[in-house]
Amino acid sequence: MSASWTWVVLALLGAYHGLNPAMGWLFALALGLQEKRRLAVIAALLPIALGHAAAIATTILALSIVQRLLPFHVLKCPVAAIILALGIFRLFRASHPRGAGMRVSGRDLGIWSFLMASAHGAGLMLIPVLWSHPMVTMHHVMSEPMTSGPMETGGAPLTAGIVLVSVLVHTAAMLGVAGILALAFFELYEKVGLKVLRHTWFNFDLLWAVALMIAAVGVLFAG
Amino acid sequence: MLFKADPTFYPSPKLAAQAPAEKLAYVAALNANGGAHPDALAVVSVDAHSNYYGSIVGEVNMPNAGDELHHFGWNACSSALCPYAPHPHVERRYLIVPGLRSSRIHVLDTKPDPEKPRIVKVIEPQAVHERTGYSRPHTVHCGPDGIYLSALGSPSGDGPGGIFALDHDNFEPLGRWEVERGPQQFGYDFAWHLGYDIAVTSEWGTPNMVENGVNPDLLLAGKYGHNLHFWDLRKRRHLQSLDLGSEQQMVLELRPAHDPTKGHGFVGVVTSLKDLSSSIWLWHKTSGSSNGHFEITKVIEIPAEGADPAQLPPLLQGFKAVPPLLTDINLSVDDRFLYASCWGTGEMRQYDVSDPFHPKLVGSVHIGGIVRRTPHPARPNRPLNGGPQMVELSRDGKRVFFTNSLYAAWDKQFYPDGIRGWMVKLDVAADGGIQFDPELFVEFGDLRPHQVRLQGGDASSDFYCYP
Repeated sequence: MSASWTWVVLALLGAYHGLNPAMGWLFALALGLQEKRRLAVIAALLPIALGHAAAIATTILALSIVQRLLPFHVLKCPVAAIILALGIFRLFRASHPRGAGMRVSGRDLGIWSFLMASAHGAGLMLIPVLWSHPMVTMHHVMSEPMTSGPMETGGAPLTAGIVLVSVLVHTAAMLGVAGILALAFFELYEKVGLKVLRHTWFNFDLLWAVALMIAAVGVLFAG
Repeated sequence: MLFKADPTFYPSPKLAAQAPAEKLAYVAALNANGGAHPDALAVVSVDAHSNYYGSIVGEVNMPNAGDELHHFGWNACSSALCPYAPHPHVERRYLIVPGLRSSRIHVLDTKPDPEKPRIVKVIEPQAVHERTGYSRPHTVHCGPDGIYLSALGSPSGDGPGGIFALDHDNFEPLGRWEVERGPQQFGYDFAWHLGYDIAVTSEWGTPNMVENGVNPDLLLAGKYGHNLHFWDLRKRRHLQSLDLGSEQQMVLELRPAHDPTKGHGFVGVVTSLKDLSSSIWLWHKTSGSSNGHFEITKVIEIPAEGADPAQLPPLLQGFKAVPPLLTDINLSVDDRFLYASCWGTGEMRQYDVSDPFHPKLVGSVHIGGIVRRTPHPARPNRPLNGGPQMVELSRDGKRVFFTNSLYAAWDKQFYPDGIRGWMVKLDVAADGGIQFDPELFVEFGDLRPHQVRLQGGDASSDFYCYP
């Protein structure tokens, strides 16, 4: 995958996460409707995006640390297995953070979003894409036992720069889609209400589980 | 698992009020003869286009005798759409049916055949006692993150009563809900203001105070419940008690506004020691306060009616009056009409509560009653006993269903001749006014009907997170 394609896919995954009502746009909308203020929608979206970014960054950073310790070919199968297991788990059991509610501070929202994204494996879904990044791939090739030699212990596979830009690109797309949805529903609330929601709320948990399973397969073929 | 949100879930009460008419009503039915005969969950056809309209089309017997089925509820409802824990693809499918006396909880699956629900799980009393510390489960509500039940007391029959939860996937009891209960001891009903993260609980008495009938000594001493409690729903802590005064005995059914942006609701009081009147009180958020401060105001008073002692049961003869005995109230999904069941005087009242501080009486019908014994239009020559009791409304607010039995030990004290069970329906005019549907008069014979739940949801089954 070329570098620009990696960013596009990361942004698309961001848009996909933004689309999922469980990732926060619906929460922002509900808070806005409860307070009858557009500003409340926007004020809620920002901590939700921050929490999402933090969850993504945590996963990627954790991965990059593990990658320093273990060679890629050892890592591949366990990571794929973890993502697959989460996907299967999500098919059967829908979880959510406890103790949430409708009277929440920005901090509460950030934590909620962080927990929601983490529990849904939002960061894990990005791994095959990151592993397909040309710079990372180059490193993989170099770190293959046969050819790596002294390079085996050198250099981070995921540089701080790549991590930062990945999180930014992904979160910006997520926030963009979530923001458009929350604000559109807010503006249309008086006219069409929430009727659309009833008929279009596709089972994201199912779609999500499938996406995780695809990501697991992606990990196996990455690099 | 569903691919799209359960069609019976509505984000807002406004949308729920547009729901299609229900075709079936589920009715908890107590076997008044006791002995080895179990209680049952009856299924009544309320589909006006069906040949079986107004008749019992199914009946599920419980596996044990002596449960005293009373209140029950759905495993999931519109609150599953709440944005902080969205589970739109669980199904409103299982009825959670507790035995108020036995503490046994039955789970009935209505999906394969809605007219013939199947018992798919029974939680034995010991499991409830051990895992929650509570007994005598009463109200069942489907919450955003689980199934909640209130309980009247501890396994020994004393206090405190409280709330416990069931896991919404496998229905196993999860434990007591309260982290800090403050002064609360009595339990009965509970309800939520989801928009404010507030839970409200009301007070009847401990199992030992109610299971052998109303105790006149305790009653006249003002010992039954007379408080309302407000709780922080997120932290599960007691916030505030509101004392209605010890002369206000038995603060029972809670009906919060369905619109989550409104911070008010109604609660019914069975009787006043001063004059045997019943009353309805409005709790409301103090204007300007942030989360946890409520006030309460009496907005409706229903007087007792003078009566010849010869026509009264022994318990009431000394008073020479029949008390209204307000034992249930219900609020339409649009928060406009409030219904009041006067089980003693045999009257169902309808109030317009568009201005909740100033209710207007806009409708009234009589049926049964301790003295009146008013017949139903379908059988104009047959006097009826029991009176309007558990009342349920269709989501569009056009149909009102109610039954006539209260609680076996109390039925006996107020209707010693033995209640014969019935369920009736009222039609509601657009701007208020109620009248009997002469076509719907369901006779239960030896069974005594209590709570009614309508297929797809009703006015007291669902909580909403969007206005």
